[in-house]
This record gives sequence, structure tokens and C-alpha cells, in this order.
Amino acid sequence: MKLKWTSYPYIVWMAIFIIIPLLLILFFSITSGDVFRLGEFQFTLDNFKRFMNPIYLKVLGRSITLALQSTAICFLLGYPMAMIISKAELKKRNAMILLFVVPMWMNFLLRTYAWLTLLGRNGLINYIIKSLGFEPLSLIYNNKAILLGMVYNFLPFMVLPIYSVLIKIDNSLIEAAEDLGASKLEVFTRIILPLSIPGIVSGFTMVFMPAVSTFVISSLLGGGKYMLIGNLVEQQFLWSGDWNFGSAISIVMMIFILISMAIMAKFDEDEKGGGLW
Amino acid sequence: MEKNIVIDLKNVYKKYDDVEVLKNINFYIRKNEFLTLLGPSGCGKTTILRIIGGFEQPTSGEIIFEGKNIINMPPYERPINTVFQKYALFPHMNVFDNIAFGLKIKKLPKKSIEEKVKNILKMVNLSGFENRSIESLSGGQQQRIAIARALVNEPKVLLLDEPLGALDLKLRKEMQMELKNMQKSLGITFIYVTHDQEEALTMSDTIVVMDSGEIQQIGTPVDIYNEPKNAFVAKFIGESNIIEGIIHEDFVVEFENIIFDCVDSGFEKKEEIDIVIRPEDLIIESFEGAKLKGKVISVTFKGVHYEMLIESDNFLWKVHSTTMAPVNSLVGLSVLPENIHVMKKVI
Repeated sequence: MKLKWTSYPYIVWMAIFIIIPLLLILFFSITSGDVFRLGEFQFTLDNFKRFMNPIYLKVLGRSITLALQSTAICFLLGYPMAMIISKAELKKRNAMILLFVVPMWMNFLLRTYAWLTLLGRNGLINYIIKSLGFEPLSLIYNNKAILLGMVYNFLPFMVLPIYSVLIKIDNSLIEAAEDLGASKLEVFTRIILPLSIPGIVSGFTMVFMPAVSTFVISSLLGGGKYMLIGNLVEQQFLWSGDWNFGSAISIVMMIFILISMAIMAKFDEDEKGGGLW
Repeated sequence: MEKNIVIDLKNVYKKYDDVEVLKNINFYIRKNEFLTLLGPSGCGKTTILRIIGGFEQPTSGEIIFEGKNIINMPPYERPINTVFQKYALFPHMNVFDNIAFGLKIKKLPKKSIEEKVKNILKMVNLSGFENRSIESLSGGQQQRIAIARALVNEPKVLLLDEPLGALDLKLRKEMQMELKNMQKSLGITFIYVTHDQEEALTMSDTIVVMDSGEIQQIGTPVDIYNEPKNAFVAKFIGESNIIEGIIHEDFVVEFENIIFDCVDSGFEKKEEIDIVIRPEDLIIESFEGAKLKGKVISVTFKGVHYEMLIESDNFLWKVHSTTMAPVNSLVGLSVLPENIHVMKKVI
């Protein structure tokens, strides 16, 4: 394909902000030594070997488990929600979509902080529980709080792609299925669900990816006790100053995301795209 | 009442918000009949079909199916199948799975499903198409699959909502004949919705002409063409000249200040009426001695015939004739008494 000159700014943009940083991370991950002084580095795979330590593998395992759990919860909550929205009449539908989008206008950190004031030991929920005469619960700084934060923050990314696919399903297909004898449940399992697979695939990837790499949610709601892979990367870059090891962890995470996306794309194969890729 | 009535609509009335879509529709469909609901778009014909199919509820009225009111029966329980306007084939299934959909829901054994699909594909001339995807099919082929998907369930009644609307003229003509043949050989009752009067005339046993939510006329194609009940039907079914006139007594009418013989009776004396004359029933003759005289305004060649506009004293006549009279020539017009159709004026 011949490239038009109008596409050059985008190519330059992509080169500076996407391709070069990616190559830099790859470079860091396979080198060691002082990265800021040219010539004083050597190629090595030690960074990756270091990651094979059970401590780090456990972190990776926990990250993937939590991301999968939050993706599953988002799906179970999000699919019915997307269906309800897509079946509502136009005015209600727009209002509901707005309700989903408006929180996203607010800063991500702020939204997560808000949960601290709700769930904290002296937070709103415990205040109510205490004033009712019960023992306060420990709601925060555990896996469940992290999960809650993930589901809360990423739910719109599940609902919106599924909704946009559901809304496009031609109503006459549903009528045709009913006409051929399918009950409401059969219409769902045989027509609506298979036709919404592209949306489900996009939703899964759009939730799983940020969930597996998050470090804000786990450090705020996990209280630093529960380290995820995102926290590990953050730590290497900001505190330990070991950019090489941090980059290696990033590369490992990217490989995992690529694998998971390839698996999702397999499900999407028959549907011919329409999803995220 | 006749015994072989399949569906009987009684006072079916439908209102959307404040708009009356159907005003007390009454008609019945006999077994093995090809009945067509004909009317302009927005006349309510599709709504009737959807009510029979169960996709919409009438505001009031009854639908009697083999002696039982089925108003509250959901679509999936009705022994009726539909061919939808835009086919509504399932895009995520291949041809076989589309056709087998209804049979699989009924949990028929695999062997008999395969056999039935094979037979129906043979009937619609698409043998060997089982594994093709829907999007790889042309419009005409998709149409056949949609018909096959409905017919394979052996419904008692098949509803067809303008099924040929998206096809080109030649294909449409072919499919008209095929559909008619299928209906005859399978002995299934067809209820067919169209706005194409020619389609209705060639295929139907009975035509129900509708306008603005009301039935204008029910009859055989020949009746409806030759004896339109009112000006709407006359105008909608084929081309026609509609002129005001007076019926002096039985079998005597006057229009353009000339007295003509006709075959209609039963009107009041001196009643003002509408007269319908089909363009092909007007005969061009020599100017001298003719009762009705006019001047040729325009001539258009239409293939089989010429269409001429001929102006008499107060009326512009549309005439179809195989002989051509040149523009600006003066001609006489005559019409046989049985081709003068007298209709009550619509108030």
C-alpha cells in the first residue's frame, strides 16, 4: 500500500511515542550496567533469570489470578447490565450510558481514594456498623478490596463494548428465532450470546489488560501488603532504580498479555473481528 | 360458516399511542389459499401479518386459528412460520444450521434433520449449499434459504412479508412463479404482503386491498381488477381513468355530457357516481361519427403498447393501444358497455 504524505505525522508520532519507548524497554531488559553512560553496559539475560525466583513468580501468579477474577466478575455483572441498557428505550438508554461514562471523567486516583473513605477502619461503612452496635469489619487492605477496586474501575470497559454489539443485533433475527420455535432462553443461548462474542472478547481484553498491570489499586486498597506485578515494576523504576530488571518484568507481562489476547482472538475467529483486534 | 377456514380475524383493532393503525379488520383465510394483503406502505398490512405471527398484540379483537383464539399464544408456540422482509438469516450460522434451526429446537433426530434439510434445499434449487456461509450468498439465494428455513418446519400457514422486495425485476418474476408452484405442491396456506399490485394479481387466490388501516375490498384478482369497489382500489390496482358522472337509471350513465350504455344497476336515479375505465378498454376510432372526441396530447412507446393522453372537453384520458395516433390528431374514443365500471362516490 502506498502511504500518503498526510499519514507521515502519525508515523512520526507512533515512532516517537510508541515504537522507540518499546524498543528502549526491550533494550533495558537485555542489558545490565549503568544505562545512562553509554558503553558501560553489556548484554545479558540475567534480568529474566532473576525474575524466575519463586517470590516474583508468586507475584505474577497473584496478578493474573486477580485480573482473571475481576474480569470474570465484570463479565457476570456487565453482560446483564449491557442487555438491560440495550433493551431500554432511547432516552433511558442514553441516561444509563451517561451514568457509566461520567465516573470515567473523574480522575482514576480520586475514584480509588474515595473507596478508602468508604471502606477504611473509620470509614463510612464501619461508622454505620459501629453506630448500630456491631464490631467494625476489616474491609480494606486485602485481596477482596483490590478486587472490588478493579471491578469498580474497569466495569465500564466491559459494559460498553458488549452494549455496542448488542445494540446492533437486528431485532428481526430474534423474531425469526422465536418464529422458528425458540423460547426466550433458546433465543439467548443460540442467537444473542453467539452474536455478542466480539463484544465479549473486547470487554475481556479491555478489563484484563489494565487489571493485570495495575499498581494504583493494589497499593491504595491493598495497603502495600499485596504486591502485584504492577507494583513490582513501579518499585524497580521509582525506588530501587533498577531499570533493567523493571523492564524485564514489563516484557514478561507484555508476553503474558499477548498470549491472553491471542487466546481471546481464537474465540473471535468466526466472528471476523469487530472487536479490539 | 365454511369448514375449511384456517385463520379468522375478528374485529382486529390496533392503536399505537393515538394513531389508529388497524380499524376493525375482519377477514378469513381458507385452507391452501394464497391470500395477499395489498396496499401502499403504511396501510397496516405488515401489522396484520405481525399480529398473526404473534410479534404484536392487537389492542382488541380475536384471531381464531382452527377454532381457537390464539391472541395470547407466544410466537414460538404458533404453528405458523414467517419469511421476513430482509430474510433475517442468522449470520453466525451456515446454510445448514439456518435451515435446521427450527428442527433442532424441536429436538428431531439428527438423521431426519439432515434428510429434511437436504430435501428442502433441493426444492429451492440450492442442493449442496449446506456448508456455505450466509454472506457468500446472493440476494436471490438468501431469499430461497429464508423460504426453505420457514418451509422445512411444515407450518400450516406461511407468512411472507414482501419477500421479493429486494430482488431485481427478472429474479422477482421467477421467484413469483416458484413460490406459487411451491404453495400449490405443498398445500400450505400462504399469507403474502406486498405493495406491488402486479405481484398480487399474478400470484393470489384472494386479494385483500387495504388503505389507511381499513380493508377496501376483498376478492379474486379478476374481481378486483374488473370490478373495483371504489376509486382507491381502481387507482391502486392498475392504471385507470376515473371520471365523475351521473347514473340516470339502471344501465344508463352520463359522463362528459354524453349518455352511455353500461351494465351496472342498483343505484338511485340521478345519483352522482364515479366511473372507472381502464386505459386498455378505450378504443381509438375515426373522429367522424364518434360519441366521445378528443385531441392527442402525447404519445409514449411502452413496448407492448403505446400510451396516449387524449384530451376531450373536460377530461384527460389515458389510453393504451397497439395502434398509434399521431400527436395533435383528432380522434374518437369508444368503450364497450361492460368496460364502464360504475362506483359509488366515496364521501
